[in-house]
Amino acid sequence: MRFTLGLMQTNTVLGDLQANLDTHLSAIDVARQQGVDLLCFPELSLTGYYLKDLAGEVALRPDPSDPVFSPLLQASRDLDLVVGFVDQHPRHHYMIASAYLSEGRIAHIHHKCYLPTYGIFDEGRHFAAGNRVQAFDTRFGRVGMLNCEDFWHASMPYLLWADGAELLLLMSASPARGMSSADRFGSSAWVEHVSKAYANLFSVYVAHTNRVGLEDGLAFWGGSLLFDPDGEQVAQAPLWDEALVTAEVDLSQIRRTRLRLPLLRDERFDLTAATLAQIIDKQEEAYGHPV
Amino acid sequence: MVTPSKSLELNLMREKLQINTSLVREVLLRFIHDEVTRTGLTKGIVGLSGGIDSSLIAYLAAEALGPASVLGVRMPYRRSSQESLDHAQLVTDALGIQQETVDITPMVDPLIERFPEMDQVRSGNIMSRQRMIILYDQSAAFGGLVIGTSNKTEALLGYSTLFGDSAAAMQPIADLYKMQVRQLAREMGVPPEIINKPPSADLWPGQTDEDEIGFSYDNADQLLFAIIDLRYSPEEAVKMGFPQAFVERVLTLVRRSHYKRRMPIIAKLSNRSIGHDFLYLRDWGT
Repeated sequence: MRFTLGLMQTNTVLGDLQANLDTHLSAIDVARQQGVDLLCFPELSLTGYYLKDLAGEVALRPDPSDPVFSPLLQASRDLDLVVGFVDQHPRHHYMIASAYLSEGRIAHIHHKCYLPTYGIFDEGRHFAAGNRVQAFDTRFGRVGMLNCEDFWHASMPYLLWADGAELLLLMSASPARGMSSADRFGSSAWVEHVSKAYANLFSVYVAHTNRVGLEDGLAFWGGSLLFDPDGEQVAQAPLWDEALVTAEVDLSQIRRTRLRLPLLRDERFDLTAATLAQIIDKQEEAYGHPV
Repeated sequence: MVTPSKSLELNLMREKLQINTSLVREVLLRFIHDEVTRTGLTKGIVGLSGGIDSSLIAYLAAEALGPASVLGVRMPYRRSSQESLDHAQLVTDALGIQQETVDITPMVDPLIERFPEMDQVRSGNIMSRQRMIILYDQSAAFGGLVIGTSNKTEALLGYSTLFGDSAAAMQPIADLYKMQVRQLAREMGVPPEIINKPPSADLWPGQTDEDEIGFSYDNADQLLFAIIDLRYSPEEAVKMGFPQAFVERVLTLVRRSHYKRRMPIIAKLSNRSIGHDFLYLRDWGT
């Protein structure tokens, strides 16, 4: 199975759903003309990132009656879409979410499980964390989605790998930080390293889509990229600027790589699960809670 | 003047203060352009002292906004040195930005003379705040935002006048230590005579910042970088080779000047109060 993946690194207007929806719809037009089959937008692409008290004001209910989701679902009849938004829980808390739209339906929603609340980040104050990570079947193979801090924790892509994901879609709103004499910021070097490492470790395609633009002095660096199951970089978008980067994904490359390197076949998920359970038990015994 | 003994870790600090100037330039150009234009404006105002910080800001603003959209304002006092004026002129000419010169002497002298016992700190603050008034007036006249020129070293040490030179719509280089400002200034092509002269607020003839503070910017940069950026403890900094008294003095300056880096505090009374739990970015809606 071969298809064309598009990574669309957009800027946003902070808290302006209509303006950001317009950006999505025109980007989708461009992608459609370029023959893109699956188009990914960054984390919180419909709202902007540093929402603070705006979180509740821009939250959506992802269904066909929603005026923002309705045109996006319509567009997903031509190509599959991943969009970022704030999901309004019926109990009035808010979650950072990515939705996979296909053939006019919502195929899957991932709620961000790890909310960074340190340094420049304050997500835990404004959002509730998701508590589920799972791969799901699409027209383009089995997909796993993660949002930003989710994949700073190795367990998350590991779990998606165990669940059969062939394509990891990582969506970020990652601000540049950590300047040095190197040719990139610490945050972008880190993301490139781990994305490549995940592709290598799990013999999967890894696509990272990161936004651009600035919010109160935070500069989002873009640089979206795709690694193939051998860890080779297949595509990279420019730093800082809005751009659509497209690349062909050949899912049979996963078969070829795994014939050479049967890491998934040999992976001892049972050993991992049993050992983790023992470790957690021991810690609970010693400290009264897992540490 | 403190001269920390040379140690491996100190050399490492100096090395780690090196920045990739083209990457930083790229971000700061976008920052200035973005923060100006998202307000609906297109222009910027810079108070040009002839020193490295404001010269660098003029270079960045000219590249980000276009020279015709930048106004450099020289605001000499009667005791300001001719060299400062000349260096500011050098920047204006090199960049082709617009220029205005406003002598602050007739504005500040009546106030200074009204209080004969006034010391140099008070008169220096009056001059700094008068310059702020002129820049904000020019902001309205020229239709641009005031771009601040504070660097991280002086902002952390509190070497600034509250509501004077610290007043600005944005601060592009306030996350760069003085050593890093020099690196970026070289990258941008700021004239070497401006980069290499001793930093001075030009409050009186021959004044230099470093004489007034009592230590060198280089030493302060390395210590602040170790403690603030790399999270070394003060004890570890002393072990690294910084004299204990120097470490204590710098940290006291940082703590005592923290009010200058914050908005005025608001008494909390209601359930939702500005500055406490009414939380929106300044870039809200743009």
